[in-house]
Amino acid sequence: MKAKRISLPPGGAVVNKLKSGDRVLISGEIYTARDAVHQRFHKLLAIGCKLPIDLRGQTLFYAGPAPAPKGKVIGSIGPTTSGRMDAYTPLLLAKAGLKAMIGKGRRNPEVISAIKKHKAVYFAATGGAAALLSQSVVKAETVLLPELGPEAVLKLTVKDLPAVVAVDCRGNDLYDEGPKEYKKPIKQF
Amino acid sequence: MRTISVDKIAAAVEKMCREANCVLPKDTEKALDKALKIEKSPLGRESLKQCLLNAKIAKTQKIPVCQDTGLAVFFIKQGRDLEIKGGPLHEAINKGVANACQNGYLRASCVNDPVFARRNTGSNVPAIIHIEQVPGSRLEINYMPKGGGAENTSRLAMLKPSDGEEGILSFVSETVIQAGANPCPPTVIGVGIGGNLERCALLAKKALMWPVGKANPDKRYNRLEKRILKVINASGLGPQGLGGTVSCLGVHIEHEPCHMSSLPVAVNINCHAHRHQTVVL
Repeated sequence: MKAKRISLPPGGAVVNKLKSGDRVLISGEIYTARDAVHQRFHKLLAIGCKLPIDLRGQTLFYAGPAPAPKGKVIGSIGPTTSGRMDAYTPLLLAKAGLKAMIGKGRRNPEVISAIKKHKAVYFAATGGAAALLSQSVVKAETVLLPELGPEAVLKLTVKDLPAVVAVDCRGNDLYDEGPKEYKKPIKQF
Repeated sequence: MRTISVDKIAAAVEKMCREANCVLPKDTEKALDKALKIEKSPLGRESLKQCLLNAKIAKTQKIPVCQDTGLAVFFIKQGRDLEIKGGPLHEAINKGVANACQNGYLRASCVNDPVFARRNTGSNVPAIIHIEQVPGSRLEINYMPKGGGAENTSRLAMLKPSDGEEGILSFVSETVIQAGANPCPPTVIGVGIGGNLERCALLAKKALMWPVGKANPDKRYNRLEKRILKVINASGLGPQGLGGTVSCLGVHIEHEPCHMSSLPVAVNINCHAHRHQTVVL
């Protein structure tokens, strides 16, 4: 199973071809956003305001990196638990035009149906492999809310960031399908 | 009476925080190696390979294994014949943690208020510190950076004594299986049984401090650990919860006496980046 190389922002045709379970290597520009930023963005969208950054067709990476050591582009960076963004995600997909997300872990049914409706995609990157993933970041710049420290919004340029399609645009969920194949009946333990 | 200065303690704490975050301990690396040998899912093997390569990169480049360098958790054994000069012990530890955060480029993950302000303290303090007095004149410092993702999936239940071993088996395995991918499997599970509400949670954390897969010295508890491990691994969750045969690297149980009407059980989950270190001063 070879990884597919994809470029971001992802065009509709690329997203259509991705299937849950596909390995991908992501290149292009993405934004980091975690809990605090999602809460702020959601508040703005809910009262009908525009977001300070244009998310149409864009990708959010649920991540807050460690500080960059001297001479490095970025510190260790990896996905945080996506489920914490679930409350905010459907509105970001519907109103802000968000197209892709990178995180780890299961999304709730509302998010999955919003992914389907808006033909978006959710990628899972390996949690806890942050030193490795940081090697794929070639450029990082703080674009919003620096006062949030590790939760600030960064614009990252990534090259071949390894991930897996967890939920495709048809709503197929790898967190449902993947474990089924390996589940053993519980007899007597 | 032996004496030790707070500066010496702070320096030792800084060193161990920096090391433990950038160098995966041998027991954890060995457990991941073993997992890669037995994992059947191709995606699972791929993610385990990434974890092992990640450990190598972190070590050579001296960068954290995981961006979540955690809240700093300490179990300290303070000898009764040891005098600490220059200030309180917890201040020395917090100073070491803050210095490690600053000088070691660790992430500050602590917010000042849980509900309202939630402002980052900027230095990853306060640490969580448990101090126990013991005979002797040594200071044993056990440290674990504990990430939020895995900690969030931990649970505690006050079971009925009649629930017994089977009740514990279902509560622990259900907690871990329900956590799914969120705690970054394959996980390490600390289980506390007995004590009371707060003691039980502490026992679960203490159990996480063991080297991965260390067998319980009590045969009955060891059997229960193995049963829990089998049930978790039969879930099919696998590495990163994407499907596979290795969902858990080890289950450790710490137990203590409890009230005749209680059976407290706490489950503390840790990720595959199971970092811990001990120094003795």
